[in-house]
Amino acid sequence: MLSMQNISKVYRAGLVETHALREFSLEVAEGEFISVTGPSGSGKTTFLNIAGLLESFTSGRYELDGRDVSALSDTESSKVRNEKIGFVFQSFNLIPDLNLFDNVDVPLRYRGFNSAERKRRIEKVLETVGLASRMKHLPSQLSGGQQQRVAIARALAGEPRFLLADEPTGNLDSHMALSVMELISEINQSGTTIIMVTHDPALAEMASRNVHILDGRVSNGHEQPQLAKVATA
Amino acid sequence: MFSYYLKLGWLSIRRNPLLSALMVAAIAVGIGASMTIITVNYVMSGNPIPQKSDQLYYVQLDSWDPIDHDNEGFEPPDQMTYLDAMALMKAGKAYRQIASNRSSLVLEPQGEGERPFSVTSRNTWADFFPMFDLPFLHGSGWDDSADNNLDKVVVLSKEINERVFGGENSVGRSLRLNGMDFQVVGVVDKYLPVPRFYDVTTGAFDEPAEVYIPFNIGVEYEFSRNGNTSCWKAPDGDGFEAFLNSECVWIQFWAELRNDEEKQDYMAFLNAYTQQQKEMGRFPRPLNNRLSNVMEWMEIEEVVEDDAQVMLGLSLLFLVVCLLNTIGLLLAKFLGKSGDISLRRALGASRGSLFVQHMIESGMIGLAGGVLGIGLTWLGLRGIKMLFGEFVENLVGLDWVMILTAIGLAIVSALLAGLYPTWRACRIAPASQLKIQ
Repeated sequence: MLSMQNISKVYRAGLVETHALREFSLEVAEGEFISVTGPSGSGKTTFLNIAGLLESFTSGRYELDGRDVSALSDTESSKVRNEKIGFVFQSFNLIPDLNLFDNVDVPLRYRGFNSAERKRRIEKVLETVGLASRMKHLPSQLSGGQQQRVAIARALAGEPRFLLADEPTGNLDSHMALSVMELISEINQSGTTIIMVTHDPALAEMASRNVHILDGRVSNGHEQPQLAKVATA
Repeated sequence: MFSYYLKLGWLSIRRNPLLSALMVAAIAVGIGASMTIITVNYVMSGNPIPQKSDQLYYVQLDSWDPIDHDNEGFEPPDQMTYLDAMALMKAGKAYRQIASNRSSLVLEPQGEGERPFSVTSRNTWADFFPMFDLPFLHGSGWDDSADNNLDKVVVLSKEINERVFGGENSVGRSLRLNGMDFQVVGVVDKYLPVPRFYDVTTGAFDEPAEVYIPFNIGVEYEFSRNGNTSCWKAPDGDGFEAFLNSECVWIQFWAELRNDEEKQDYMAFLNAYTQQQKEMGRFPRPLNNRLSNVMEWMEIEEVVEDDAQVMLGLSLLFLVVCLLNTIGLLLAKFLGKSGDISLRRALGASRGSLFVQHMIESGMIGLAGGVLGIGLTWLGLRGIKMLFGEFVENLVGLDWVMILTAIGLAIVSALLAGLYPTWRACRIAPASQLKIQ
């Protein structure tokens, strides 16, 4: 489903080159829940950005659903992001002056759904995350955990095949983090492929597989299946 | 999506009210300044009698000096001699024709204690009123016999009728002008052609006449001429009679010609007349007669003066300066929204859709600037009136065309100003701001 072969990403600032990813390779099968760990600056977020078509890469080959995405135009990659990928960010990234309904509505607008279809999907996903009764509230009227739930609802509204989560619980206390992780696990169990970057080993263990990145490469010793954890989740 | 973008634009404007207000104000000031001057130019260059401006022709006969002292390219004089005007009137070859000039007369009111005052008079012919579509409040113009019989008849403007007769129907009553009694035959309703096309030689934007009397009366009683008189050679002798027979030009001559055939026939008549005069030793220049319709005549006479056009250019430059300020403010505003833009890119917005979104927001700012600019334009026009007095009253009106022009200009200006900031905003990478929000 997701196949990265020898992906490299080099940031250039004048004569200075920074290698964020080096010959990075990874295969992700449909329905997997992968946690990505590694120290700060190891390339986790760069990997996630490239996986989500938010950034280009310098060399290598990346196929998503069997399609080489390296040569997609801006419009095409926007369409792929909109239709196949959902994003959950550490800082929620909700638009502060839009209520919950309108925040979840954002990706659906770009999808071109009619208003009835958008309304149906928004109500459904807000119901899923337990916030249907607060859809007219502004993000500032919610707790951090609730805001992250809205962000998850926004990511799910387009029924993506991938959910890319960058430290989704990084700004939450442990109680809220657990609640959000339970939600993410439920989403995975419903068939959505999830790639989650985290610093927290405990959260990483909730994934079916952990990929550890070190100096821009997959650290072989740390890529290991954790199916038993998933089974018990 | 258009309504969605409108909603986003409104939210964005509301999110930074001070910055938005500055942009609206910058556009409004530019629009206000430029529209003030554009409005004046627009009124100056308007068609004062659109229903028949292509049937009314100003007649120029080139009776002028064979030596081009002023190096004006041998243009025919912009007025006509008495000899020629009377010859053309007598020939009567046009559907309608009039000779006219302006005088200043003394009006003596009948009421006790009322003091005499001066009025401007248009000395003309019976055809003046139907030719130029003057609207009548009471009565009508005089007929041809009054022209020929030297009847002392007068048509009053609405203002003079109100001042002298209290606005009553004064037809049939007597009015004393320059010590002679005239009979009122008509009262003209409000008549303010802008420009005052029938006589631009005495100021295209001056008030219309206050009274109208037969041209021949003005000549018969040697009423003072209150207009331009130009002579390329001195009259042969002294006195008014010598002046009338001179080559001095002081009369405006108009002909109403209903179609091209009539125009061609009339030009042929003018040329034949000129040839005849040449044989008599007049018209020393080569044949160069002109028939100019109303708008052509306004162009020839440069009714919209050069300095007005320079002012127009300067005001548009000022608008450009305001737009440059707006570009800076929009750039600050749009780049300040980089987190929002980055997020929308991540959620599937293409550069194209973000471009449309931000151009619509620019257009909304332009619309608000245009509305405020109309208010400033109104103030600007009031300022011009206060500065230059009542005689520019006719130039400082703001009609629907100019209001819509102001709105359109503001929106187009804002869209142009928004192009670069929008382009920059659309270049924001989707991933650049998501981690730091």
